[in-house]
Amino acid sequence: MQFEDLFSVVRERFNSEKNADDGAKKKTDIPAGLLFKCPRCLQVTFQEEFLKNGKVCPNCNYHSRLTARERLDITVDKGSFEEFDAEMLSANPIDFPGYEAKQQELRAKTGLKDAVLTGKAKIRGMDIVIIVMDSNYMMASMGSVVGEKITRAIETATARRLPVIAFTASGGARMQEGIVSLMQMAKTSGAVARHNEAGLLYISVMTDPTTGGVTASFASLGDIIIAEPKVLIGFAGRRVIEGTIRQKLPDDFQSAEFMLENGFVDMIVDRKKLRRVIAHLLILHKPAAQNEEGGEGQ
Amino acid sequence: MSELTACQRLDIIRHKGRPTALDYIPMIFDEFFEMHGDRLFGDDGAIVGGVASFKGTPVTVIAEVKGRDLQENQRCNFGMPHPEGYRKALRLARQAEKFRRPVICLVDTAGAFCGVEAEKRGQGEAIARNIMEFMTLKTPVISIILGEGGSGGALALAVCDELAMLENAIYSVISPRGFASILWKDASREREACDIMKVTAEDLVRLKVCDRIIQEAEGGAHNDPQQTAEYISEYISESLQSLQNKFQKGLDEMINRRYNKFRVVGEFQEPPQSDMKAGQ
Repeated sequence: MQFEDLFSVVRERFNSEKNADDGAKKKTDIPAGLLFKCPRCLQVTFQEEFLKNGKVCPNCNYHSRLTARERLDITVDKGSFEEFDAEMLSANPIDFPGYEAKQQELRAKTGLKDAVLTGKAKIRGMDIVIIVMDSNYMMASMGSVVGEKITRAIETATARRLPVIAFTASGGARMQEGIVSLMQMAKTSGAVARHNEAGLLYISVMTDPTTGGVTASFASLGDIIIAEPKVLIGFAGRRVIEGTIRQKLPDDFQSAEFMLENGFVDMIVDRKKLRRVIAHLLILHKPAAQNEEGGEGQ
Repeated sequence: MSELTACQRLDIIRHKGRPTALDYIPMIFDEFFEMHGDRLFGDDGAIVGGVASFKGTPVTVIAEVKGRDLQENQRCNFGMPHPEGYRKALRLARQAEKFRRPVICLVDTAGAFCGVEAEKRGQGEAIARNIMEFMTLKTPVISIILGEGGSGGALALAVCDELAMLENAIYSVISPRGFASILWKDASREREACDIMKVTAEDLVRLKVCDRIIQEAEGGAHNDPQQTAEYISEYISESLQSLQNKFQKGLDEMINRRYNKFRVVGEFQEPPQSDMKAGQ
């Protein structure tokens, strides 16, 4: 029975990691990086046009994945990002065979230490704590480093009374860390609980793909939840569900639009408007944050 | 306590006669009144909850229920909750907080249900909300893993002051079957997966996830459910008393303690200078 294939978003991640090399080859079959083929609408456009459009499909408006650095560049004030815990590296809590080697390889390939960047930054001069996940690193699965960095960032925001903006993307829990990765869901959500009780603003921005244990923890706990158009958002893997119900799911299942329709996302915002929208929301929450002492209850 | 491999324990918890929460509740509690529904959508048979008396103390019991036969399984969806199950659990936990009774969660699931309706009703959000709200619940929470603690579907009822596991229970980030199908694209190798995943109660004590191991009847709970229920009772008695006292003395301290119980789980390396931050 397929019922037990829970969290198998992770499986898709594994498959996509395994196929990453093949993928690269396939891409070179199409004249070397000249073209972008949209995974949503399957239309092919010139890479140049796709890049000029901020990695958004010019045909269907699918908002493709950005690296964490690219995201920071288009989101925060120039030069304002001060990274937290930049040197933190993962260990191997359940002695999973090959985990260390895999990490080393990915560090060299992506220039990242793990799947998240956290730090202090400014948006239009306003101080924030920012969390950006990067799907290029093990599909931004959440292990100890991701969980610890996010938890510390939120704790820092609580201590300094700053809003948190989290750009989420993840295949879910990091299987190679076993149960320890599951506990990161509790850690991060606990930090959100404290930030919340302190009356501070937390905006979660769901980007492609936000799934599994990240959807089932801090990503879904924002005061305000924003999603980029056409991105994948869900809990269980599509293939598991298809296996369970034995029929094909509609294309828009688990999209940002599906989540909006079902009431789990506040708004869908185009990438080019995102910084402006966040800035406005920050301004609207400024007085509330200053007056929070007066309010009891929610 | 017996020395068995993880997959031998898997066989024990998959035994047909393995007692479920529905067997244990009447053996452990008096006057169990089941409460239905999440007040938002419906009532989920995979999670049973209500008010009961434990040796004279009112408690709230929230349990994931696996079926013992086809009929029960139809009602409880093979122990895989939908969002309304988690929301019912949260409603009952809030009620427990209001009336200052402890919450006892009995965890037993392969995981939260994966289906279209579950996604539509926000399975991820429901689990996330429970994790967050249980973290600051102002009453003692004890979670006991009876058999299988599968993934987020188990964690949604396992944010607690003390986590206990039955001797043969397992608790994992994904079911061994799921793990095998990811690693080797072959779900039938779940036994092998089970052995490398570090999922037994002993493993989890070592990883600082599990606080207590509860003995089962010789050879497994199915050999003597009543005896196993008594072991569970003894544990609850002991644990409730100490937690109740501590909560009465210092609520904030206990909430902090719960936070820190989860806060410390994780292994990573960092250069010495940033260690300062870890102490915050």
